[in-house]
Amino acid sequence: MDLMTLATVAAFAPLAGAALAGLLGWKLGRAFAHTVTIASVAISFLASLAILGDVAAGQSLSAPLYTWIAGDGWSIHVGFLVDRLTAVMMLVVTFVSLMVHVYTIGYMADDPGYQRFFSYISLFTFSMLMLVMADNFLQLFFGWEAVGLVSYLLIGFWFKRPTAIYANLKAFLVNRVGDFGFLLGIGFVFAAFGTLDYAAVFRAAPDFAGTVVEIVPGADWSLLTVICVGLFIGAMGKSAQFPLHVWLPDSMEGPTPISALIHAATMVTAGIFMVARMSPLFELSQAALSMVIVVGAVTAFFMALVAIVQVDIKRVVAYSTLSQLGYMTMALGAAAYPIAIFHLMTHAFFKAVLFLGAGSVIIALHHEQDMRKMGGLRKYLPWTYATVLIGAIANAGLPPFSGFFSKESIIEALHLSQTPGAGFAYLLALGGVFVGAFYTFRLVFFAFHGKERFRDAHGHAHAAAEEPGHEEFHGTPHESPWVVTLPLVLLAIPSVVIGWWAIQPMLYGGWFGSSIASTATMAEMAKLFHGAGAMVLHAFGTLPFWLDVAGVALAAYLYLVRPDLPAVIKAKSGVLATILERKYGFDDFNDWFFAGGARALGEGLAKWGDRTIIDGIMVNGTARLVGWFAGVARRVQTGYVYHYAFTMIIGVFALLTLWLYHARI
Amino acid sequence: MSQGFPILSLVTWLPIAFGVAVLALASDRNPAPARWTALAGSILGFVAGIPLWTGFSLAAGGAMQFEELAPWIPLFNVNYHLGVDGISMPLILLNSFMTVLVVIAHWEVVTEKVGQYLAAFLIMSGLINGTFAALDAILFYVFFEAMLIPMFLIIGVWGGPNRVYAAVKFFLYTLLGSLLMLAAFIYLYHQTNGSFEILDYHKLPLTMTAQVLVFLAMFMSFAVKVPMWPVHTWLPDAHVEAPTGGSVILAAITLKIGAYGFLRFNMPIAPDASHALAGFMITLSLVAVVYIGLVALVQSDMKKLIAYSSISHMGFVTLGFFLFNAEGVLGGLIQMVSHGFISAAMFLCVGVLYDRVHSRQISAYGGVANTMPVFAAFFVLFAMANSGLPATSGFVGEFFVIMGAVKVNFWYAFLAATTLIFGAAYTLWMVKRVVYGEVANPDVAALKDVNGRELAFLALLAACVLAMGIYPKPFADVMNPTILELLQHVTASKLR
Repeated sequence: MDLMTLATVAAFAPLAGAALAGLLGWKLGRAFAHTVTIASVAISFLASLAILGDVAAGQSLSAPLYTWIAGDGWSIHVGFLVDRLTAVMMLVVTFVSLMVHVYTIGYMADDPGYQRFFSYISLFTFSMLMLVMADNFLQLFFGWEAVGLVSYLLIGFWFKRPTAIYANLKAFLVNRVGDFGFLLGIGFVFAAFGTLDYAAVFRAAPDFAGTVVEIVPGADWSLLTVICVGLFIGAMGKSAQFPLHVWLPDSMEGPTPISALIHAATMVTAGIFMVARMSPLFELSQAALSMVIVVGAVTAFFMALVAIVQVDIKRVVAYSTLSQLGYMTMALGAAAYPIAIFHLMTHAFFKAVLFLGAGSVIIALHHEQDMRKMGGLRKYLPWTYATVLIGAIANAGLPPFSGFFSKESIIEALHLSQTPGAGFAYLLALGGVFVGAFYTFRLVFFAFHGKERFRDAHGHAHAAAEEPGHEEFHGTPHESPWVVTLPLVLLAIPSVVIGWWAIQPMLYGGWFGSSIASTATMAEMAKLFHGAGAMVLHAFGTLPFWLDVAGVALAAYLYLVRPDLPAVIKAKSGVLATILERKYGFDDFNDWFFAGGARALGEGLAKWGDRTIIDGIMVNGTARLVGWFAGVARRVQTGYVYHYAFTMIIGVFALLTLWLYHARI
Repeated sequence: MSQGFPILSLVTWLPIAFGVAVLALASDRNPAPARWTALAGSILGFVAGIPLWTGFSLAAGGAMQFEELAPWIPLFNVNYHLGVDGISMPLILLNSFMTVLVVIAHWEVVTEKVGQYLAAFLIMSGLINGTFAALDAILFYVFFEAMLIPMFLIIGVWGGPNRVYAAVKFFLYTLLGSLLMLAAFIYLYHQTNGSFEILDYHKLPLTMTAQVLVFLAMFMSFAVKVPMWPVHTWLPDAHVEAPTGGSVILAAITLKIGAYGFLRFNMPIAPDASHALAGFMITLSLVAVVYIGLVALVQSDMKKLIAYSSISHMGFVTLGFFLFNAEGVLGGLIQMVSHGFISAAMFLCVGVLYDRVHSRQISAYGGVANTMPVFAAFFVLFAMANSGLPATSGFVGEFFVIMGAVKVNFWYAFLAATTLIFGAAYTLWMVKRVVYGEVANPDVAALKDVNGRELAFLALLAACVLAMGIYPKPFADVMNPTILELLQHVTASKLR
């Protein structure tokens, strides 16, 4: 099959699956819903594999599917751009999606919304594919908003729970703040370039390097910086970068499979992908890259700190995701775009493992998410434990698992980068390594080792969100069914090997070719790279490795050797612990300032603007004025016919005069 | 001029004729004949309009098509002159389509004076089509004013408890505005030495003072209709009191007449004044987008919320027009059609709930998705369209207006784009409180999901909203030639 056919099949098969499951699922039952969606995503995965083979052989595709709209001298298409960047994304998306689909059979087995769930996740797969396969900004925005919609629907999947429907509204609105910048960025692209096609824009971009726009009077800003900042604000929303990160932890209200698929592996990386796709533009704006690197650094380090104090197993992983997304963003800021995509890929696998593993624990304990009620699970959940351990090693960036290669490359790139702010980012990245290793292994030791706290009847601290069907658990946990463990194993394998296997071709073998701008940072990196094996050996003598080891050791000491200590430390650290537990106060501030402020402003305008000034003074005032005039006019209406007749004659006379006067000129 | 088959007369007078017939058939004891006749009339009216689309020539540029010309009052040179271009033709079809929906929607809901109710809608439908098609100022004025009467009756007779206040407010507000428009027409009649041809006015050179006065006189009339801030307060009251069908036509069609007026009268007749006053118009439009967006957020009545949302969305239309670029005007026009679908859908959704629970208060609901899953799916879809989600029609217009605004002034675009946040906030917050959550009360627990009739009109509108979002090209193709000619026309000064 040619590339166009493959691309069309890959994109639209999941849409068909979603439509069938959504429209007919209620009638044809659960087996139908999962069969049809899994089949459609499997087709999409196979097509993506074939596409990867084709692009590896040197093919690429950039072709419109249809013209969406056209005007005078411009037109906007819906179309596919399939190059090596797209092919990597498609493979990651469809593979993780397929695994999550299978996993869902086990995870959602008791849920009344089974068919609806399958329909949504297939729809998500379609939307995400449209996003990564877009060949123009408009379609990118389509996919961008469509994944946001599905995310909204899935976070609020259990729509009876107040926390879930709060979280999904919050997620949508925070993303809309990002989209606000994104759309303005697109607006500038359209205004300046007169087209929204990537290829045409990238071709013309260097000509605009010196163009300035005056947004604030008296300040000339580079047009490309304005565009890139706008686009990046969009990325900050979707990829949950500080300060638009607030929605992601709350998104854990959604069922765990979508936390893995949408809020870890794929959708949240859309911003990373987008910036890499726009690398020809970002390369022309040092200022924008500087913003990217600083935002990424802040996110990577400070969100990792919050993970330390979380007791909900999913929230630990969620903050870990935020931190890892920060690493990817830093890599983008360092102009090491291929490394960002590389980390995106490795992260997709090991973070999906961690989330799905957490989900496996949650079902084994009948929907318990609080780690304080876990402990010692490794005996009962051997497969889950083994895969989570693999995910943890990769997440902490220990060699030679996949996370090591990508994280180590990012740190190296930060070290070499010329972007202003890279030094700051480098320090925070190093700090993040230690913290990351600590919180990751804290999770492993806390949940899977130590005392079997799930047997305790007491300790009802219901701080953590619980999924429905939760009941106090007293029995012995059992390993999850094969539909759950098989995806875990299949995702754990790439978590181990993909870094070792892919680093050379992907980063230094020219894999991305012209699909990502080539940069000085990458050229420097290539000089220092002597193969994956050498990289591992070299690592044992570097600071990040020992920071990693220190983090794991600290976690082991606090949660295996002296499990009594964390509580003591927490009690002594006072304000610091509170700050972390309150997540730096962002949620409180946003609720008070933005949500509360908008409502107060709305109330004020409704009361004073509409009701008092417009209706009260202007409208009813006019009515009173008319009433007064009517009072005067009433005196004229005497009821005597001759009075009226006389008035009419005067009127006719006046009109005639006027008419004659006009006729004369 | 080629006088083919008089399609425009047909779409104008056919619904009116059916309306009269329905009035004759009206009977409170047996409403069925009136209902079926009305349905037939509305469908025939829509079908009669289809050749306007299929036979529309894209090569004609901005020229009027399907013209009909006959003397009407020769003494004052008033003609029965009809014709459509790419601006008015889609609006006529939209109106005819909405009439069908309104007739379907009333079926089991309106039980009092059914015939009169339906007759009012059919007659209004014809009058509105006449308004859009009229090329003679007096003919336009007659249709424009006559249209008020059925709407006044619909609100005043079939409305809610405070219907008389709302109806009078609606009537006076809109009537006062239009008297000044009549004065402007008489002035132009003199200036052209005795012509009421709108197209003659387009070519008439005028001094700046005259242009500004003509602009303002017409502005008073159309701004109230749109409605633009600050003459918008009649709309929430009218919507709250109007029956569902009245709200649908009011939001989907009558508001569009105001915006249409700006394109047909203000901009081409007074182009220099339009440019001079563009800043004023844009400011009012942006106030509508932001101020009204915030006011919508705090509404506790669903219909009021949607009414404010309409004002905010119509702000996009007038903003787009007065940007004077192709993207802006195209965006505004598409927004008009799209808002027709979406606001109608939103009001019909509220109607579906109101018919069951008899409350429009958001607080009277909660967890509707538990008992009405199919309805909830539609409601969420339309809410998303109202929030301007891509792949729905709501996105297209807003997108192009923002694209056009960036070209003119960043801050226009900035303020306009806040609707991404406000629009989503007020719409989805309502969805959260109405649709999601646990079953809030026994009324919600007793809800029955949509029946076949309701499913029919919701599905029809959903199809329109999605089709226009996924493939807006046919609409743009029809509108673009007219927009280009209009823009060329208003770029050239016609100062005397």
